[in-house]
Amino acid sequence: MKKLLSTALAVTLLGGVAAQAAEVKIGFVTTLTTGGAVIGVDQQNAVNLAVEHMGGKMGDLDVNVIFGDDGFKPETGKQATDKLVKQDDVTFVAGYIWSHVLLASRKSALDAGKFLISANAGPSQIAGKLCHENFFSTSWQNDQTPMAMGEVLNQQGVKSLYIMSPNYAAGKNMVAGVERTFKGEVKGKDFTKWGKDAQLDFSAELAKAKASGADGLFVFYPGKAGGAFIKQYQQAGLKDTLPLYTVFTVDGISLPKLQAANFDGVLGSKTTQQWDPSLDNAQNKRFVADFKAKHGTYPSFYAAQAYDSIFLIKSAVEAVGGDLSNMDGMRAAMKQASYDSVRGKYSYGNNHMPVQNFYLREVVKDADGNWTTTVAKTVYENHQDPYAKECPLK
Amino acid sequence: MDVALLFIQMFNGLQLGLLLFLVASGLTLVFGILDFVNLAHGGLYMIGAFICASFTFLTGSFVWAVLLALPVTAIVGIVIERTVIRHLYARDHLDHVLGTFGLILVLDTSTHLIWGPAGVAVPLPAWMDGRLELFDGVVVPTFRLLIIGTGLTIAAGLFWLVNYTRLGMLIRAGASNRTMVSALGIDIQTLFSLVFALGAVLAGLAGMLISPITEASIGMGNEIIITAFVVIIIGGIGSMKGAFIAAIIIGLIDTMGRSFLDDLFKIVMSTEAAETSAPAVSAMLIYILMALILALRPQGLFPPKVR
Repeated sequence: MKKLLSTALAVTLLGGVAAQAAEVKIGFVTTLTTGGAVIGVDQQNAVNLAVEHMGGKMGDLDVNVIFGDDGFKPETGKQATDKLVKQDDVTFVAGYIWSHVLLASRKSALDAGKFLISANAGPSQIAGKLCHENFFSTSWQNDQTPMAMGEVLNQQGVKSLYIMSPNYAAGKNMVAGVERTFKGEVKGKDFTKWGKDAQLDFSAELAKAKASGADGLFVFYPGKAGGAFIKQYQQAGLKDTLPLYTVFTVDGISLPKLQAANFDGVLGSKTTQQWDPSLDNAQNKRFVADFKAKHGTYPSFYAAQAYDSIFLIKSAVEAVGGDLSNMDGMRAAMKQASYDSVRGKYSYGNNHMPVQNFYLREVVKDADGNWTTTVAKTVYENHQDPYAKECPLK
Repeated sequence: MDVALLFIQMFNGLQLGLLLFLVASGLTLVFGILDFVNLAHGGLYMIGAFICASFTFLTGSFVWAVLLALPVTAIVGIVIERTVIRHLYARDHLDHVLGTFGLILVLDTSTHLIWGPAGVAVPLPAWMDGRLELFDGVVVPTFRLLIIGTGLTIAAGLFWLVNYTRLGMLIRAGASNRTMVSALGIDIQTLFSLVFALGAVLAGLAGMLISPITEASIGMGNEIIITAFVVIIIGGIGSMKGAFIAAIIIGLIDTMGRSFLDDLFKIVMSTEAAETSAPAVSAMLIYILMALILALRPQGLFPPKVR
């Protein structure tokens, strides 16, 4: 009897192994609790939609996405990554909204020989000296988007600028980015407290910005801080005297809320980005239409990048015919960026950061009266981040 | 540095201080009188904000929403006191911390389930959403002025309540010696329920007032509760006057630090070093003050009379 049991157990275990071999496991680390969950849920919806769009299959393999929650904290994100790598033994670890979380989790995934795919964060370190052959990004390097905004400011004849940003890895990259291209004078800078007890009342900073007499105000406030900032900017009545230029602040997440509360000061405001729901390609049209049908709102850029990350993985798995031990083959396939991205065609630089277009987006009302963004013009074509030359990869 | 900017920043500091006072006054009441460490006080601040946000969309008026949300928040407070808090009074402070920490998780997750993860932006009526020119060059948002007005009114009301009413007398007596109060035949259970509900309403009101500026969001209470504890430690635990003065001091120090510290630092160090260190130091200022107070006057600035 005992023997029979253990045989049965062995068979079950073997069956388990066999079943595992017929699937591709993807870990997806994002923020599912705290105020940051609003972004994480958007990404989660996009990942599930991507899996649905590919019929739950990559080649012959079933897709199994395991979500991990970083709780908006680097240490929790690292724990979630460790769990995915060691316990679930995933082949790909994707996700990562926050630069400090990605930096903390990077070694856990890469040292275990997994692919690490950022669907948002793009800290300068990982684009430069810390670049790795198994790291890929479906977003951007942090500096690029504000660099595009700096270019826009020059073109619009803005002579002086006041800058506000949260005090963490990406916030500093954003400020470095805009200062890299903006040719005018920076009248002042404020780095505000960030993290779980982030500062959300910007009265003191807005008063300083106004008193500085700058021509424009540049801010980076992702997630819920973005909505809070826009409201206070409007309440302070700065729209006419201190025009607002943002990156990653006004997006598909904040706009429906701002519309519900009728903060119409945001209409017409401009932001730069590598993607927009109005971009004209088949993949994007399908993504935006189905996302809207399912969740009632436009997808955010976070969602678009998460959606892309799953299709990037699909291209790798299919290129090696489902042989997940062929890391070299999958790496070579991803480097081609041959999948249909919702942003259109792009390529990878030596550091595996996208070389891609950046657009100026403007907040408008769509045909149904919903607030969204549309492409005003192309700022950069095939733009590469400034840290690529520090990366030793070829 | 010009005078108008200095004035505006003092105004902003005062507004932040009064908001802190609303949260800290409830905390100091509960801590001082019930001898209960309520980490979940911030949860009531959040619940108040969300309830008010829902009522705002339901009634279409922020003022009505606040008036309706106040009693509802009080009821939530009483329910929490009856079901959870009451069973913890007799235990020691570590159990209070564990119990109320669990309560934070429950409140945050319930809010997530009811209102979703996104948070709610609260619209203001037009007459509150404008700006007022106090004098030449000093323009302030009307709503922030309104927060200051409300804060001062509540402070005056609490001062009257604590010093000139029978309930206030019991509250003061409770803060000094709880056992003696119950020995004198006062129904301490009802008093505790009332005090807890009052604390809930004050915290809820603070949440309602901040939500049109930031928004009602999950975890918003955890952002303010630590500062509120700093306030009551500096002011003296259980002291209403202490909470008021400490809250204003903290509000002013925090705002002034954020505004002028980098300019001050630029005098003695390079611009780049000043820009990096000023935000870090200004975030620490209030804790430095707390450490100083704890070292020099551990009972706080205005401790209630114990004997």
